[in-house]
Parts: sequence; structure tokens; C-alpha cells
Amino acid sequence: MRGGLKSDQFSGLVLLAFALYIGWQNRVYPIGTLSEPGPGYLPLLLVIFLGAMGVLIALWGMRSAPLAAVKWTEATRAVIILGACGAATLGLERIGYRLTVIALLVFLLIVVERKRPLAVMLVALGFSFASYYIVGDLLRVPLPRSPWGF
Amino acid sequence: MAETFQNLLLGFSVALQPSILVYAFVGCLVGTLVGMMPGLGPLAGISLLLPATFGLNPIIAIVLLAGVYYGAMYGGSTTSILLRIPGEAASVMTCVDGYAMTQNGRAGPALAIAAIGSFIAGTLGVVGLMLLAPTLAEFALRFGPPEYTALLLMGLFILAYMSGGSMLKTLAMAGFGLVLGMIGIDVMSGYTRFNFGVVELGDGVGIVPVAVGLFGVSEILLAAGGAAAQKVQQPKLRDLIPSREEFRLSVGPIARGSLLGFLIGIIPGSAHIISSFVSYGLERRLSRHPERFGKGAIEGVAGPESANNAAASGAFVPMLALGIPTSPVTAVMIAAIMVHGVLPGPMLIQQQPELFWGFVASMYVGNVVLLILNLPMVGLFVNLLRIPYGYLYPCILCFCILGTYSVANSLVDVWILLVMGGIGYVLRKFGYDLAPVALGLVLAPMLELSLRQSLAMSAGDYGIFLQRPIAAVMFGLGALLLLLALKPLVFKGKDWREQLM
Repeated sequence: MRGGLKSDQFSGLVLLAFALYIGWQNRVYPIGTLSEPGPGYLPLLLVIFLGAMGVLIALWGMRSAPLAAVKWTEATRAVIILGACGAATLGLERIGYRLTVIALLVFLLIVVERKRPLAVMLVALGFSFASYYIVGDLLRVPLPRSPWGF
Repeated sequence: MAETFQNLLLGFSVALQPSILVYAFVGCLVGTLVGMMPGLGPLAGISLLLPATFGLNPIIAIVLLAGVYYGAMYGGSTTSILLRIPGEAASVMTCVDGYAMTQNGRAGPALAIAAIGSFIAGTLGVVGLMLLAPTLAEFALRFGPPEYTALLLMGLFILAYMSGGSMLKTLAMAGFGLVLGMIGIDVMSGYTRFNFGVVELGDGVGIVPVAVGLFGVSEILLAAGGAAAQKVQQPKLRDLIPSREEFRLSVGPIARGSLLGFLIGIIPGSAHIISSFVSYGLERRLSRHPERFGKGAIEGVAGPESANNAAASGAFVPMLALGIPTSPVTAVMIAAIMVHGVLPGPMLIQQQPELFWGFVASMYVGNVVLLILNLPMVGLFVNLLRIPYGYLYPCILCFCILGTYSVANSLVDVWILLVMGGIGYVLRKFGYDLAPVALGLVLAPMLELSLRQSLAMSAGDYGIFLQRPIAAVMFGLGALLLLLALKPLVFKGKDWREQLM
């Protein structure tokens, strides 16, 4: 483990890779001249800056904790939660705000949190309809409706 | 001075009419509720209520809208403190120590100090507006592109050198935020940059999905493991009131935040956003125990909240004195006044003194109303924390999605929210500070425009930043701060790389 990659070295290298990727994407935009900088001018400066920061973080990251010491105990649940939110995003404009929120809350409360179904239904229905009433009806923010009109 | 006092009396005779007080109260209440929704900030609140003011007289209309403005500024800090959801860029710094205080069981004092700080800063801002409006407005007009560039860069460097963690990581995060700010149509050339074929990204990446994702969603993901899950808090009445020590610690930050926020707020453009960031950095630097910052230091709430509200008052200076909107909010307010045939500008004070001074007095009244309204509501808001976390966080997630979607009715914004939540989660695992990302994102378009304009003005000569006195002073200040940051390391013989990392 003594010779393994450190956490800051890893994050610095990721930053460097990100900077290089942005630099590659930026090649299609004109840099312009100093007196007339183009749309690629500031992104180029930022790529250089970000890349330099990545290199410095990696260089001085030798004293940081080993990469393996970064614990990911909650990662599985975090991915499930993010996945559920992603699915809700896909459904938002298809089945409407209220049904989407009910489905998301039911999933998170029953599957992830293992709460009692009656309480879950009350929370899901209450939150969905109350938030729609406040934001959609009172504040007049147009929220998506289901194909069935609610 | 006597004339000012007399004019103010005239203003109070207008502002203290019962009908105007009722509208000030309604404005503050609506603003507070709207401000609590992520995505629905002051601009959305004012825009929503604008049509309702067409039938009102101009004084009532502007009092109502100013109440919404102040209320929304305060409402945004409530969700930042209780749930770590910043409704807008100005509330980002409040998240850091405000939420840490909530986790320490001190949500009540954090909310109370935010309300009191906002009240004092707002009131001092109004005094500044009343006494210094024309003079300050003229000074603010001296800000050209080089001065903007210097100010924005200075704001970023102040944040970097005064942040709690690694300086290199903070600078890297500011750079990451600036890169995010490059996404979208370049206003000078019309090129669409880094949109990866997604048409909606042509408008750029909004601050709401990024800030709510980085702070709110990442917090939920980190707490998902169960071991770090939040405990149900049951605050007692005495826990809602700040202690004597907390009051003592807040006095200086409120005073400094008020002055700083007001001075930054008068500058045209959206420079006022940096006021809360600069105030936080300043308080951390001045503190005898900077290690407390990020872990629930009340100064980290008092300073930025005061700066934020004083900047809101400062933004009215150029609007009223010169008729220049300094931000989208003041632009909408100017429109609201013009609908009634009133032209804001230098002649407003002479031609319609009752409107100008009525507005100034109503801002005092609005600040009092906001305090009266919000202090008793602190207990109500804190009761949110009694909800078991297993029930609370799914509702917060829905709230984040709802608020983000509401900004522009865009699913792309919701995807950005989720992606930023994931990125924020990973960055926090590796010890990166997230606030500079939000600041970089907000400043990027202004920084790019002012930098390119400056270079165009000087035919590509970077020396322009040293030839203009205000810009040179700002760069000098930035260099001084850098030297001050390095001084203790040099004199104590520490390894300077420890500070860098």
C-alpha cells in the first residue's frame, strides 16, 4: 500500500485529464488575437490553469491518504437514489408531476427506507398534491400534467 | 442634513399609512415563501407579482415589490441553513456554516442571526442609500471592463486564499466553475460552445441546478449510508435563541458585511454576488479561530447574510439615482415604476419627492416587517428538523427537482442537477470545497466579457489593468493578500507546501 496511488494524486490526474479533454473540445473554436480574443480564448486560458492545478495537486499529493482509504460505504445506496431520481426525470413530462413524485416517494420510502406503506402513501399523496397546489396553482408555475389530465 | 431629515419625515408619512404597511407585510410574506423554493428567487417572485401591481399606485407597487425582494433574499437563507439547499448564488456561503450549525443543534440561532443580520444590514444599506446615493452612483459609473475584470478576479483570489481547505484545490474548483460557465452561446461571436449537441445548453448552465446539486443532492447522497444519516432533532425553545457569546461573535461580521455588501452592491452588473463570498473569506481571515469555519461558526452566517442584504440595498442606488438597472431584479422594478409613468433617475428626487422618500422610508419599514415576521417563524421552520430523516430526504429530493424544473421548465436542468449531485458527492469524498465552483460559474460570463472588452480597448495590452487606478488598486490588493497569506508560513518556518495542500 506504501507505494500505491494517493487520493490527491488520483484527483489531480483526473483534473488534468478533464483539462485535456476540454482543451481537445476547444480546438474547434477560434482563439483570435490578443486585441480581438475569440470564443476559444478564455477556455484555453482556463484549460492551462486547470491543467496546471491538476499537475500541482498530483505532485503535492504524495502526503495525502492512500486512494484505497477513501471509503465508499454509502455508494450503492447513493447510486440507487440517483438512479431513482433519473427515472423520475424521464417520467416527469410523460406521466406528469404528481404521478412522478408519488412514484419516486413510494420507491424511496418503501424500497430504500422500508417505511410502512400507509404512512408512505399519506406522505406521497400529501407532498405531491400540496406542492403542486402551491407551486402550480398559487405561484402559477406551469408543471407537467399526466396524459389523463391531472 | 436637516433637509434630508425633513424629506425622510415626508417619506415616513407616506410609508406608515396602514394600506402601505399591509402591502409591505404581504410583499415580505410572499417573498419569504417564494425565496424558500430553490429556483424561485427574488426575480421570479417579483416577475410573478408584477402584473398584480398594475392596478396599484406607484408607491404601493414599489413597496410591495421591494418587500418581495427582501423577503426572497431571507427565504433563500432558510433552506440553506436547514436543508443545505441554496436557492441562489447569494445563499451558497450561508450553506457552509449555517448547515453545520443545524447539524450541531443550533439551527435556531443561525436563523435568528441571519434575520437580525439581514435587518441591520438592510437598514444600514438604506441609510447609505439615503445619504450617499448620488455620490456613490457617480463612482460606480467609473467601473469599466478593466475594473470589472480586476474586481471579479480579486473576488476569486480572496475566496481562494481565505478558504478553509487546500488553496490549490480551491483554485482548481474555481477553475472548474469557470469552465462550466463557458458552456453556451458566446455573446461576442455567437459561437455555441461545449453544448455537445444539446440545444438547451445554448443558454448556458444555470446556477440553480449546479448549486442545488452540489450542495443539496450531494449531502443526501453522502448521508445515504445510514452511519452518517441525520438524527432527528428536537430543538427546545431556549435552543432557538442565540446565546450572548453568539451575539458577541456576530457584531463585527454584521458590521463588516453590511459595509462590504453595500459598497459591492452599488457596482453595476452582478458583482453583488461576490459580496457574500468575500465577506465569508474576510471573516475567516480575521477570526482568531479560523478552524471553526465550516464546522458551524456563527460568523460564517452573520457576515455573508449581512453582506448579501446590504448588497440588495446598494443595488437600489444606481437604480434610483441614475435610473440604471444594476441587476435583472432592479430592471424589473424599473419596469414596474415606468408602467405608472414614473421615470427613475436624477430628476426623480426633485420631481416626485414623496415617491423617492416614500420608497426609502418603506425600505426601513420593510426591514422591520421582515424581522417581526421571521423571528417568530424561526421556531416553525426549525420544526422541519423533527421529521425523521428517512421521510425528510425523499421530500427534499422532490423539492430540489421541483425547484430546478420550475426555473425554466427544462428537463435538462434536472439532469444537470443530478449530474452535479453525483460530481459534488465524489468531490467531497476527495476533500474538495464546492463553493468556488458556484462562484466561478456565476462570474464566468462577466469575467469573459470584461476581459475580452479590456483587451479590445487596449489593443491586446495587458498593461491596461495597471494603468487604470481602480483596477490597479484591486490587483495590488490581491497581491497584498497573497503576500499576507504566505507571511506566517515564511516567518514560522513551516513548509509552505502544507498551506498549498
